[in-house]
Amino acid sequence: MEILLIFISAIFVNNVVLSQFLGVCPFLGVSKKVGTAAGMTAAVTFVMAIATLVTYLLQYYVLVPLHIEFLQTVSFILVIASLVQMVEIIIKKISPSLYQALGIFLPLITTNCVVLGVAIQVVTNEYDFGAGAHMLGLGHSILFAIATAIGYGLALILFAGIREQLELSNVPKAFKGVPIALLTAGIMALAFMGFSGLV
Amino acid sequence: MSKNSKLQLIVDGIVKNNPTFVLVLGMCPTLGTTTSAINGLGMGVATMVVLILSNITISAIARFIPDKVRIPSYIVVIASFVTIVQLLLQAYVPVLYDALGIFLPLIVVNCIILGRAEAFANKNSVGDSALDGVGIGLGFTLALTAIGLVREVLGSGSAFGWKFLAGDGMLAFVLAPGAFIVLAYLMVVFRKITKNA
Repeated sequence: MEILLIFISAIFVNNVVLSQFLGVCPFLGVSKKVGTAAGMTAAVTFVMAIATLVTYLLQYYVLVPLHIEFLQTVSFILVIASLVQMVEIIIKKISPSLYQALGIFLPLITTNCVVLGVAIQVVTNEYDFGAGAHMLGLGHSILFAIATAIGYGLALILFAGIREQLELSNVPKAFKGVPIALLTAGIMALAFMGFSGLV
Repeated sequence: MSKNSKLQLIVDGIVKNNPTFVLVLGMCPTLGTTTSAINGLGMGVATMVVLILSNITISAIARFIPDKVRIPSYIVVIASFVTIVQLLLQAYVPVLYDALGIFLPLIVVNCIILGRAEAFANKNSVGDSALDGVGIGLGFTLALTAIGLVREVLGSGSAFGWKFLAGDGMLAFVLAPGAFIVLAYLMVVFRKITKNA
């Protein structure tokens, strides 16, 4: 039950882009085609699950025992940046076809604040999924990261679909490009507000 | 450089290269922290401090860093300054620290800062890089304060915490949708004023 609540909450109620504003830059940047949006989603899901696993272990087995929690920001971003590089090299070696599909998105992910944001959130915030507020354990943290990535993908792919239609419509000159995309995202966020109170 | 072009560096950061309305960088804190004018101002100033300090440091050390490891080195410099700002805010302005929340450590991945390090600080003098930081930082701060002010006025009927309307206002403007919509319209207004469109 708690697992179901984690998924509903992270995908719909607290959608990472439309209600928490994490990862907005790539959301506006790579969401012009449904295909690229799907590729980006796959890459983010993959990196986020691994990054959350590693930073979780780093927090509880290195930073906390040594009382150096203030190094959290520095160490997390270094871990994520090197992890992205490593994942890129490994995928290139093991599965060239997967590398073809994800390749161009991987370097972009380091500056995608979703990854660092979720890594910090799961070790600092308490969550209440029916069993009282508590810190998430390792397994639930990784599930939370995967659920967040799915929510990110949902918003990204829906948004890409709308933008493909938008290309064909007659937009006032001053609204062309980013402003109309932001307005569209605003209306999507209004729609997602309908999910609040679900969990 | 003459005195005029030094001033031009700062003006460019606010108008021609405005990070929010023209370059469209650093969207996450722009949308996430501007629930009121004060929060927008606080986020802008925190980012500006990190930007100026990292610009100065990176322009000073850029020629000692091998080209291949420059991006990780810049990130470490930026992350160190972010940690300092985080600790100072937590100690002296805990209210703002709580209001900015997750977006404070996320200044590290704000593309404005790494972008200026890569595009300006690593090939210009320390003084010019500091001025560039001031200009871009002011542009960012003004944009965030403006967005925060509009959302605060429409959403809770107050300005900089001073309440002039009874009741709650349109709550949607303080919540997520308002952030996207207000930024979109302000961007159009900025384009009209500066004739960018």
